[in-house]
Amino acid sequence: MAGTKLLMTFPVTATSHTLADYRARGGYATLARVLREMKPEDVTKEVTASGLQGRGGAAFPVGRKWQVVHLDDGQPHYLCANADEGEPGTFKDRWILENAPHLLLESMLIASYALQVRNAFVYIRGEFDLPYRRLAAAVEEAYGAGYFGERILGSDFSCDVVVYRGAGSYVCGEASALITSIEGKRGYPRNRPPRLTVRGLYQKPTVINNVESLANITGIIANGAEAFRKVGTAKAPGTRLLSVSGHVERPGVYEVESGYPFRDFLREELGGVLGGRALKAVIPGGISAKVLTAAEIEPLALDQSVFEAAGSTLGSGGMIVIAEGTCMVRLLQVMLRFYHHESCGQCTPCREGMGWMHRVIDRIVAGQGRPEDVATLYHVSRWNDGTTICGMGDAAGYATTAILDKFRDEFDYWIANGRSKHRGVLEVGNA
Amino acid sequence: MKHLVPEFERLKARFPAGFESSLVLPCLRRIQEDRGFVADSDIAGLAAYLGVPRIQIEEALSFYTQFRRKPIGRWHVQACRNVSCSMRGAERLIDHLRRRLGVAPGETTPDGRFTLSTVECLGSCGTAPVVMVNDAYHEGMTAEKIDALLAGLE
Repeated sequence: MAGTKLLMTFPVTATSHTLADYRARGGYATLARVLREMKPEDVTKEVTASGLQGRGGAAFPVGRKWQVVHLDDGQPHYLCANADEGEPGTFKDRWILENAPHLLLESMLIASYALQVRNAFVYIRGEFDLPYRRLAAAVEEAYGAGYFGERILGSDFSCDVVVYRGAGSYVCGEASALITSIEGKRGYPRNRPPRLTVRGLYQKPTVINNVESLANITGIIANGAEAFRKVGTAKAPGTRLLSVSGHVERPGVYEVESGYPFRDFLREELGGVLGGRALKAVIPGGISAKVLTAAEIEPLALDQSVFEAAGSTLGSGGMIVIAEGTCMVRLLQVMLRFYHHESCGQCTPCREGMGWMHRVIDRIVAGQGRPEDVATLYHVSRWNDGTTICGMGDAAGYATTAILDKFRDEFDYWIANGRSKHRGVLEVGNA
Repeated sequence: MKHLVPEFERLKARFPAGFESSLVLPCLRRIQEDRGFVADSDIAGLAAYLGVPRIQIEEALSFYTQFRRKPIGRWHVQACRNVSCSMRGAERLIDHLRRRLGVAPGETTPDGRFTLSTVECLGSCGTAPVVMVNDAYHEGMTAEKIDALLAGLE
């Protein structure tokens, strides 16, 4: 067991996602107590004191985001749960949506009370079918039980929720693009300032939190900030849901207490690298997180601050394990094809840069690489940094340069010899 | 589109007042479920119904990859080819699908039965490789499993 668990605390059964089962686990009791006993600002204080960091990728403190919203500004406020899980390698919010939809909804109600939100939204990626059906059914159950709607549980608090489905766009997971998408437009990110907590959905103050961030709220309020801070580390309290894929014996979603050693996690929980191979590298937090070599990651604790100090991030929790023998040139090719495909086209450096890098890597893989190609990839990566509205261009550049820095020999080899230093594939087989 | 208006009205009631523009994506999704694609007449009809500019609907249609302007096969086979799926055999699986269906990604079989597409990350990386057929995910796919699946789809 990778330490204390806060979210994956019950056995998943055929009915564990239903309202009846959730209530049997104590569900919605925290909401009832909040509405009876707490003032909205007390909820925000508790969340701030918990030190909860966002789980969507940027690790921004949740309480600090909430504090920007002024409760008495006379405007409507909106809350959006970001369920547009699309960072490659990430599938942990799907676990919550499928198995604990009421935990998300109760947490959203508590957050909506704290932020005085009348209308809340869940933005869920368009491809998610079962997660959508589970969540939509949970919403109907919650309305039926009086947890949403007018004067909830006899209080003065009223709140409605809409589950809004995306339609196939990676960039809509970026908070400002998500808002533009809920407005029924192309999902173009917006320049900040103003922050979305000042001018968000239809220009009104809007808080956007990742599904896992929100799912932690009910427990924080139920047990107090102090109890939450006892779990994990001082700099990164609580747990992380890590979705693990790639060359590993037991891929899946794991809840890990912050600070748990990576080495133990790989050996005990994941069953080691596929087929007992040696570990080559790990992309620790979605493909936009900088790759770490085996030597770099093996001594680390699974703690956001530790990964930041090591030059990477636990990001979205999408951990991709890469075995020895994997071709890193092909890996970068797949990544750049993806970024090129998903660039929304709004900013020139990203729109042109992603296509340029994609053409360069395709040329290398086709055996027509030129001596200056690696320098070009570096150049375009750096040229993207800080020159685009959203972070996608930056992130693609960081991910690219990390691979080039750490596996440069494979690129030089392919350019010089017209073929992969390894077998030119991403699959390693089971032998 | 007109026969869907009662459904659209129920949908609208769920949103706050003044959110008509937000209905563009859910209405397009419903139209596509109904017709199989979004036709020119749907764009004009939806723009008039919601009171939004026609160009907003055109822009949404050309931006979001799940929307279609043309009919496709009865079964839409979408194979993920992103990092995690490729690491667990997606590239071989997609080659197999091309041979098995006799079409390249983006094409439809002459009998109108299957359309093959490749897609980027469906969020199912732990059970890679994943293939989505219409709305359903099929996880941990192999050539044998895909053959059995396709054989059962008329």
